[in-house]
Amino acid sequence: MSRLPVDQAVVEGRVPERAPEEIPELHEVGCPPELRQRIEELMSRYPDRKSASIPALWAVQRLYGWCTPEGIRQAAAVMRVTPAYLESVASFYDLLHTEPVGTHQVAVCTNISCWMRGGDELLDAFRAAAAGDESLFVTGFECLGACDIAPMASIDERYFGPLENGEAAVAIDQLKAGEDVLPEKALEKRPLPGGPDA
Amino acid sequence: MPETRLLLKNAEDPALRTLAGYKGYGGYATLEKAYREMEADEVLKELEDSGLRGRGGAGFSMGKKASFLPRGEMDKYLCCNADESEPGAFKDRELMQRNPHQLIEGIAIAALAADAGHAFIFIRGEYDSQADVLDAAVAEAYEAGYLGENILGTHRNLELVVHRGAGAYICGEETALLDALEGKRGNPRLKPPFPAVQGLYGGPTLINNVETLSNVPGIVANGAEWFKGFGTEQSPGTKVVSISGCVRRPGNYEVELGIPTRELIEDLAGGPLEGREVKAFYPGGSSSPVLTAEEGLDLPYSFEAMAEAGSMLGSGSIIVADDSVSIPHMALRTARFYHHESCGKCTPCREGTNWTVKMLERVVRGEATPMDLDIVASVQDNIIGHCLCVLGDSMAMPVGAMVRKYRQEFEDVITAAQGEAVAA
Repeated sequence: MSRLPVDQAVVEGRVPERAPEEIPELHEVGCPPELRQRIEELMSRYPDRKSASIPALWAVQRLYGWCTPEGIRQAAAVMRVTPAYLESVASFYDLLHTEPVGTHQVAVCTNISCWMRGGDELLDAFRAAAAGDESLFVTGFECLGACDIAPMASIDERYFGPLENGEAAVAIDQLKAGEDVLPEKALEKRPLPGGPDA
Repeated sequence: MPETRLLLKNAEDPALRTLAGYKGYGGYATLEKAYREMEADEVLKELEDSGLRGRGGAGFSMGKKASFLPRGEMDKYLCCNADESEPGAFKDRELMQRNPHQLIEGIAIAALAADAGHAFIFIRGEYDSQADVLDAAVAEAYEAGYLGENILGTHRNLELVVHRGAGAYICGEETALLDALEGKRGNPRLKPPFPAVQGLYGGPTLINNVETLSNVPGIVANGAEWFKGFGTEQSPGTKVVSISGCVRRPGNYEVELGIPTRELIEDLAGGPLEGREVKAFYPGGSSSPVLTAEEGLDLPYSFEAMAEAGSMLGSGSIIVADDSVSIPHMALRTARFYHHESCGKCTPCREGTNWTVKMLERVVRGEATPMDLDIVASVQDNIIGHCLCVLGDSMAMPVGAMVRKYRQEFEDVITAAQGEAVAA
């Protein structure tokens, strides 16, 4: 009977291949001065500097388009935390991207109220309209808190709805051309539905 | 019955967003009165006497919650929960977008009552436009001396920070919100200790929803008795109700609590489309057990009536399903959301949401047997009450109710899907 292989680590103790990553020094990471200034300003708002981790990651994402490993190291150096700490935070939240995404983001709600009113089909329409263009990042998303304009989408962080499937292609063309997207469908334009005399 | 607009009063006026516009309607007069003429205990008593119940979901007395904070010199905090992520809820978005200063005034007065020197508005990251509105309003309020050091020349201070989240439903849970605000992954904490004793940075912390805090200026201005003149004895005041799904005029309607649910759904929101009827509805967001039309339409819309019917008023968000909606598919949609949003800390929630989704997928694909529905139901029973927070319960309650109340429809969906599979 052959013997099972013995894990060397059991016999010799496990030796990590490299030391755990430490807090990077500022001069090692090439942090742009404006990012450093922004994060320092954010830290000053809170009794504890670590509270600035989500805002700092937002700042990284605004600068680089996503939370790049370099950007996270830069933020970590300014905040005096390990990059792993910030990575653990970034990976928890849906809006912080730890992989490259396009320059324009479209999140189509597919939750209950939007699903009832055609959210899945709207997502398909956006995917079809954006197909093949890597600058456009289209994704289905959980409830965005705008069920009154279902089916709806958040396009570059602004809400639009209720949308017809055909408007997906229009919105994508407008994004590509750098024009205002579906101005008539902006949430801000929408009046309250009722009223004291409703 | 028409709407009763207290919080959404003048909300059609875009100028209300600005400090000048808000003051034009008498805004910040209550803050001035409270800071100049009232003791913290007086403000607190008014809030307690008003019977104002939390509008975020739990419906706990706001004044009582504030009274749990220990007295004495120490760092105390106030957090406004603006993480509104419950599917079906969009009332806080409306309140912040249209009347940010009402919220800021409410926060400042509540902070006085709770003796908090530092306040935060934790707003979900998706509400970027609303956060911009709040940022601008907070800057104006600082400029005018309603926030900051020595407010209105008194010895009182209040710092207010608008903190944007980054997309996680769980951060609406109050202890997860605190972790997120401390810069961590948003995992819920074990309770007790409750945040009122040990919350943000370990200090006593009052956490209230946007709508709850927006009610504060009105109560302190007009008195508890005035507030109790609206709504029912156990549910005083008005409620901004978000109505969505299969209705003709989805949106936010502010009504006195206790109004017949039918009036909300059929009169104000216009009811379902021509030729359709209401089949079921979630009375308080996607985490509330669904009520069938027969059970629910004639109930008064109040905390107590919804609880008595085995559901809850929750955040006050009604999602209407008409007779074209497949309940098993709606159950799957609901379960997928909670599966996606489970933080993974507690096993019953992490595994329970996962398996519920898998089993419901088998149901709609026709791969399940009716016996599997018993397993789905028992999984829900094993989640409820067994986790640090109620995220798992929030799936288990509606899904459990759907399986129980629409058992036949689940079985029919299984049979129909099997038939399709055979035909293909």
